[in-house]
Amino acid sequence: MNQENNQEVKSIWEKLLSIDRRIIFLFIAVAVAVPLFFRLSMRIPVTPVAQGTYQAIESLPAGSKVLVSFDYDPSSMPELQPMAEAFFRHAFRNDLKVIIMGLWPQGPLQANIALEEVFQDEDIKAKNLQYGADYVNLGFTAGNEVVIDRMGHSFKESYPKDGQGTPLSEIPLMRGVRNYDNVDLIFNLSAGYPGTQEWVQYAVDVFHVKLAAGNTAVQAPSMYPYVQTGQLSGVLGGMKGGAEYETLLGIPGRAVRYMFSQAVAHAVICLFIIIGNLAFFSLRRREAS
Amino acid sequence: MSGEVIGVWIGAILTLGIFSFLYKDNPFYKFSEALFVGVSAGYWFVVTFWQYFLPKLIDNLVLAYTVLTVEGKIDYHWVYLLGGGLGVLMLLRLLPNVGWLSRWSLAFIVGTTAGLQFTRYLESNGIIQVKGTILPLIVGGNLNTTIGNIIIVVGTFCGLIYFFFSKEHKGAFGGAARVGVWFLMITFGALFGYTVMSRMSLLIGRLDYLFSNWLGLIG
Repeated sequence: MNQENNQEVKSIWEKLLSIDRRIIFLFIAVAVAVPLFFRLSMRIPVTPVAQGTYQAIESLPAGSKVLVSFDYDPSSMPELQPMAEAFFRHAFRNDLKVIIMGLWPQGPLQANIALEEVFQDEDIKAKNLQYGADYVNLGFTAGNEVVIDRMGHSFKESYPKDGQGTPLSEIPLMRGVRNYDNVDLIFNLSAGYPGTQEWVQYAVDVFHVKLAAGNTAVQAPSMYPYVQTGQLSGVLGGMKGGAEYETLLGIPGRAVRYMFSQAVAHAVICLFIIIGNLAFFSLRRREAS
Repeated sequence: MSGEVIGVWIGAILTLGIFSFLYKDNPFYKFSEALFVGVSAGYWFVVTFWQYFLPKLIDNLVLAYTVLTVEGKIDYHWVYLLGGGLGVLMLLRLLPNVGWLSRWSLAFIVGTTAGLQFTRYLESNGIIQVKGTILPLIVGGNLNTTIGNIIIVVGTFCGLIYFFFSKEHKGAFGGAARVGVWFLMITFGALFGYTVMSRMSLLIGRLDYLFSNWLGLIG
């Protein structure tokens, strides 16, 4: 009888190890999809690195100029777009002046999408923000890190005109903005190259400008050493970073909503990892004995 | 039906087409994939022409020519001819007889990139990071910082020892290398965790698009 039970248990482990991967896909799909239908808000603990980004923006007095570089494309929207929207809400709430640019061709378009979303907020609408006076979109320019380097000497060298073709000299917000000395903070939303690493290397360490960043989760761990050395004020890492930022702002948005799905999916993945390991070690032990 | 609605439908159907590969390879997936590759190639061709070739080369050369004809001066913008010339040399790869000339352009790219990156990496990812590990091991009245500093110093030191292959990993040296391996494994685990989060985020984004924008099931 005991022998039979052993045989049965063994076959279960073997079955689990040879499970069809499509069943795992199905579990993940259900784990991600079902929580989207529930408006449950999770408690989002705020990490010091996310707090650093929030503080870098929060500590700026009204009227300060923030250069924000959109270095990502639509494929990174789920992670970075909530951060972009939260950033604009934060900046406009605090009456900061925003200079938008992009080292990725689609970056400035992502900024426009985020602006459209944020301008629907009643409190932002009430501020009657004007293009050219309160914010400006310089658009994309080719050159990767060389653009960052040249902007340290002169913005006009890289961006003689804004994204709509207006010369910088005719834009009220850009009057008096010659180089990084005339901006109070750079905020970078990055999904790869060129991105936060290049901003650290070519702007922070050369021109000693203050930089905060929001990154995709894949990229975020590479940026944490820059926070420890003070090269970065803070990092928002992936969807969790976006949710932390929304929590700090007190405006829970998409990132907070998505985190429930994220948590359930992670739990399912952890469960599969545990089952896989148990099955693997159990079978190995049996084989050894 | 408005253009926006048609766009949402196309996006949703192509998303399902790509997802269908999870079940097994099929013509619907092949079509979606081929369409993506083709559209991407077309898009980047247009971007390269309008954002790189035209403003960086043609506009600058036109400016140089205008200055020459109007003011009679040789403007510095003529230097863009050099870049244009190197670009032409790159295209010569298409001609087998003179294809070797493209190596001059590649040599220029490799040389300038190496020179530019070397100093920046050395400072930002080398010297400043080393400075960042020179920390007090005991910070009075702050246990968290003390533990954090010890982890940084021990982790960096043991991690470096693991990559020192000129001495056999035995005894105390081998022990430190093993500690280094543990730190590396924990790092890889954290990287894996972040990668999972990133991929899940993409899936969440797509499913939210299907349920919200397409089907309207989520408000």
